[in-house]
Amino acid sequence: MILSLKDVSVRLSGLHILQGISFDVAASGITVLLGRNGVGKTTTLRAILGLAPATGSLTFEGQSIAGQRTHRLVQSGLGYVPEDRCVFAGLTVAENLRLAALREPNYDLVFELFPVLKQRLSQTAGSLSGGQQQMLSLGRVLLNSHKLLLVDEPTKGLAPKVVTEVAVALELVSQRVPVLLVEQNLAVVRRLAADAVVLASGRVAWTGSATTLLGDASLTKSLLGVGH
Amino acid sequence: MSTIVLLAITGLGLAALYFLVASGLSLVFGLADVLNFAHGLFLSIGAYGTWWAYPHVGFVAAVAFGVVVGALAAVLVELVLIRPLYKRTIEQVLVTVGLSLAGVALLQATFGADARPFPRPQWTQHVLSIGGALVPVDRILLIVAALGVLGALLGFLRWTRYGLIVRAGVENREMVTALGIDVRKAFTLVFAIGGAAAALAGALGGVYLGSISPTTGASLLIFAFIVVVIGGMGSVIGSAVAAVAVGLLQQFVNYYSTGMGDICVVALLAVVLLVRPGGLTRRTA
Repeated sequence: MILSLKDVSVRLSGLHILQGISFDVAASGITVLLGRNGVGKTTTLRAILGLAPATGSLTFEGQSIAGQRTHRLVQSGLGYVPEDRCVFAGLTVAENLRLAALREPNYDLVFELFPVLKQRLSQTAGSLSGGQQQMLSLGRVLLNSHKLLLVDEPTKGLAPKVVTEVAVALELVSQRVPVLLVEQNLAVVRRLAADAVVLASGRVAWTGSATTLLGDASLTKSLLGVGH
Repeated sequence: MSTIVLLAITGLGLAALYFLVASGLSLVFGLADVLNFAHGLFLSIGAYGTWWAYPHVGFVAAVAFGVVVGALAAVLVELVLIRPLYKRTIEQVLVTVGLSLAGVALLQATFGADARPFPRPQWTQHVLSIGGALVPVDRILLIVAALGVLGALLGFLRWTRYGLIVRAGVENREMVTALGIDVRKAFTLVFAIGGAAAALAGALGGVYLGSISPTTGASLLIFAFIVVVIGGMGSVIGSAVAAVAVGLLQQFVNYYSTGMGDICVVALLAVVLLVRPGGLTRRTA
């Protein structure tokens, strides 16, 4: 495993969002974090990155990362693609990428996966389509040699064609670097994920193979509230 | 016609003064979410630093000395008082208001409460004939300095990595951190730049106003805040545009309707807040 959470809790504004969750992220492939809306999936990623105040044990490559500052964690190899892209709308595509470049950035990989970004380098990120913004958001982390990517709902609000493009990119990326993925689109999960962790009410409700989870209609229905 | 030219250039001189104070204030607020009520203190430190150094080293070096002292004071304030209080807005306001009051008291204890005549080199007391009006050089000096600072700030924001970090941080500070960037270094740098610009305003404002007093910074800060709000928090261009609007409005109204200039500025602020609550622009550079 590359990342391990043990008894991690987060309280925000008096609410007990995460209530002692524990799970591991494999050192290869994609581990998907699932659950209904509001169960704490995004908070889990933010807690790992130090963006949400957490208690409990967080270890990355065997080292404790609890309490470390976010920029240090990113520099040590954690890449983050946030929910809703969070590109810098007033900056150009080139500036967004330049800002994210840490050491020996791999622009070739980014432009190979998302050639549209190369065509729109001088365009402000705010004028890109939602799909292009997502590509830019992914591209920013792929510039650097991260050891683990935390990717939050990358297909949210995207057109089906763009969802496929993003899924293909994630599939390629996951061959190089492990990914902890928050995703609601079960078709994407089925295509990409090896392991699954399901959260319910701030606790881990189920862990195991994604194929097993999605192959069991009643389990999927009871844990995620959806058929497929 | 000559009266209008003189009023316009004097108004632009006042605008330059407001811009020098407001630009740093705006960047600090935009990036770090800090409402720094002690920003006027940096102006006063720059003014008194220049005033103190002038007899020893001459005008230009004295201004440089005042600017450096103002920047160092700003860095010290950021590191010691503001940094432990990031994300604690109420405490920040209390600390910066307290520091502003304490700073004025300290200056009064050190230099006396009365205004002191500011040393003015001979060449700043000359007048130029522009459009039929005899314009004092000190106004031109302030305008040129403000244009220089505006150009330098825009160049910094557009062409340097830290400028890029500041522009991104004004949009989404947390995301900058999540890209592996220590945004707190940018906070310190922005404080230093803001402190230096305010100190320059103090030094050149002393020449413009002819005297300095411990409360000069605090009284100019009120108009700087108005400029920041009208221009849009975090926007250097917005601060420049708003400073020109406020300076000219104040100057012309005060001339044609004695004493009404400040009221008109407040009215302009109210109109902007009603029509464009985010200010004239949200662009950083």
